[in-house]
Amino acid sequence: MTTPAVVARDVAKVYRRFQHRNQFRTLKSAILTGSLLSDLAPEETFTALDGVSFEVEKGTTFGVIGENGSGKSTLLKLLAGITRPTRGSLHVDGRISALIELGAGFHPEISGRENVMINGIMLGLTRRQVEERFHEIVAFAELDRFIDAPVKTYSSGMYARLGFAVAINVDPEVLLIDEVLAVGDEAFTRKCLDKIGEFRRRGKTILIVTHSLGLVEKMCDEVLWLRRGRLEAQGDPKRVVDAYLTYVAGGEEKLLAQEHTPATGGETAPAPQAPPGESAAPQAYREGRWGGREVEVARVRLLDARGRERHVYVPGEPFAIALEVRADKPIDDFVFGIGLFAADGSSVYGTNTDIEGFVPQKLAGSAEVRFEIAALRLVEGTYLVDVAAHMRDGTPYDYHRGLYSFRVKSHVKDVGVHRPEHRWSFSGGVTLAAPVPRAELDLTED
Amino acid sequence: MLQQIRTLLRYWPLIRSLVVRDLNARYRGSILGFFWSFINPLLLLFTYGLVFTVILPGRHSAQIEPYLLFFFCGILPWSWFSSSIAECSGVLLAGGNLIKKVLFPAEVLPVVAVLANLAQFLLGLPTLLLCLLWYGRIEPTLLLLPLPMLVQFLLTLGLGLFVSALTVHFRDIQSILGHLLHLWFFATPVLYFYGDIGGPVRQLLRFNPMTHVLVSYQQILFHGHFDHWRGLLLAFVAGLLSFAVGCLLFDRLRDTLAEEV
Repeated sequence: MTTPAVVARDVAKVYRRFQHRNQFRTLKSAILTGSLLSDLAPEETFTALDGVSFEVEKGTTFGVIGENGSGKSTLLKLLAGITRPTRGSLHVDGRISALIELGAGFHPEISGRENVMINGIMLGLTRRQVEERFHEIVAFAELDRFIDAPVKTYSSGMYARLGFAVAINVDPEVLLIDEVLAVGDEAFTRKCLDKIGEFRRRGKTILIVTHSLGLVEKMCDEVLWLRRGRLEAQGDPKRVVDAYLTYVAGGEEKLLAQEHTPATGGETAPAPQAPPGESAAPQAYREGRWGGREVEVARVRLLDARGRERHVYVPGEPFAIALEVRADKPIDDFVFGIGLFAADGSSVYGTNTDIEGFVPQKLAGSAEVRFEIAALRLVEGTYLVDVAAHMRDGTPYDYHRGLYSFRVKSHVKDVGVHRPEHRWSFSGGVTLAAPVPRAELDLTED
Repeated sequence: MLQQIRTLLRYWPLIRSLVVRDLNARYRGSILGFFWSFINPLLLLFTYGLVFTVILPGRHSAQIEPYLLFFFCGILPWSWFSSSIAECSGVLLAGGNLIKKVLFPAEVLPVVAVLANLAQFLLGLPTLLLCLLWYGRIEPTLLLLPLPMLVQFLLTLGLGLFVSALTVHFRDIQSILGHLLHLWFFATPVLYFYGDIGGPVRQLLRFNPMTHVLVSYQQILFHGHFDHWRGLLLAFVAGLLSFAVGCLLFDRLRDTLAEEV
């Protein structure tokens, strides 16, 4: 039984809008008008977050994206407990460490050594714990030679490195990261990412606020998109990031346009019945939906062994794609197809009912079509799903290109796309110690 | 209030480290370093001594001779009080980064300011005791010294919490506080002898809890007899009240601190 690491219910945060006014407001006027502690007039407030609800499962990496001023950092501050929500409730299970500003609280005049001690205690360690981890911290920050120099002599990169090293060594159950990986050089950033990767493997929960969409797609299991303080979308990284990019590019019309060009779309984009190798070149892979809708694919769900909707799987798990289809007028020429694509758009597998020899007879009203895979033999990564209903000659009824995606997570970092059922055997003059048995992530638990 | 005391106890290791850091950083970079803690009270003494024995050689009652020693007994605790309050007024603004970026109970900062100045006071004590020894004035009443210190601690901490939280909202306080403390200094018997004051002024001074704290110090350290029990008890009650009010206000404004600093 796992409980979510973070639960946010209808969280809202209202700030005073004109902070500078307070500087001009004097004690006298406050006493005269009696507004010292009274409530603020509504026009003086700014709603940074408005009714945001979400849950973060334990052990997942959760990204928060959005434009500047969309409330991302406010959300993180609320999670860290630095400020309290004006409305709603927030619950975080486990010790939090917040990488909101690296080295916040370092005193410039005293040495790195003393600052590590104080910063560690500030972040919730005991003196003894800091002493135990001291070498690790210094080694990670690569500051052995400078640790006894006053922090004011540090370069900004050294400063941030030390801050990161302390915060990451607090060993939290929930790690909050706010756009802090931008500091430091390439090598250090990679080191930080490695450390975060290690956190993920150890089943810690991570929340990242960032503008680096590549990072989000690479690292996150789930992404939340905030727009003007409201939750705009939540779900699979690839999908949410693409939606966000579309929005940022002002591309809402573009999406609509795509929808309204069924014929050309159907021709230019190969249907899943085409042999996988011939499928769209990676860069040509474009999301969209088109078709005449004589048959409508009303709903698509990705299901696990128990028939529950899920977007993260482990290799070898049963997996199914369920299509809810509807035809208002009875139809006898129809084909259902699915396609799986890797994150770069290259085809993993594609098939349809026609290729496999099913002969359509009648479709009327609502129906459900399921494509079931007994064991999902894929390596770790994000995969996109195409689903379609079309005529036998390829004319689309309803074609959903790349609108759905799921993620496969694994401890084993094998490469490629397909993970065949396999085993190693050794004989003769070779000995290998057996790998440390490691259970795959159990996502089926409730 | 109990809640606050519990928080402070929980964060004691941090408070301790911050006090040590504060003391370390205070004179870091200066040549004499830590010795400033001993030199400062002597220089202060020298300045006032110059003013009140050479420039304005006044008439002090015989009871407070040697005058400089008497003054020393008062100025040391007063410095603890006034420096603490002055530092408290800026401590949340200066530590804004901490409050905004790290989960951190803000009351730790004024507490650290008061404790760091207490440490300065304690570091000044040996010098004072040496002076007292020189004049042969070490008396058994010295054992009572923790009493006025406790009362002063409560008073200072309460006022410090009050001032620090309020300054975040009203920066005006920072500007006026120096003058208020100056006024307060003259309204407290540090430079003069409480016993010399009569009439309505004495009545006024009685309402100042610091008067009783200072008189207690002077009796314990300088005069070697202590009979100011009632006054000290009164100041103790005032101290408790000050602490309670300070905690209350701080708690009330806590949620706004991270947004206003």
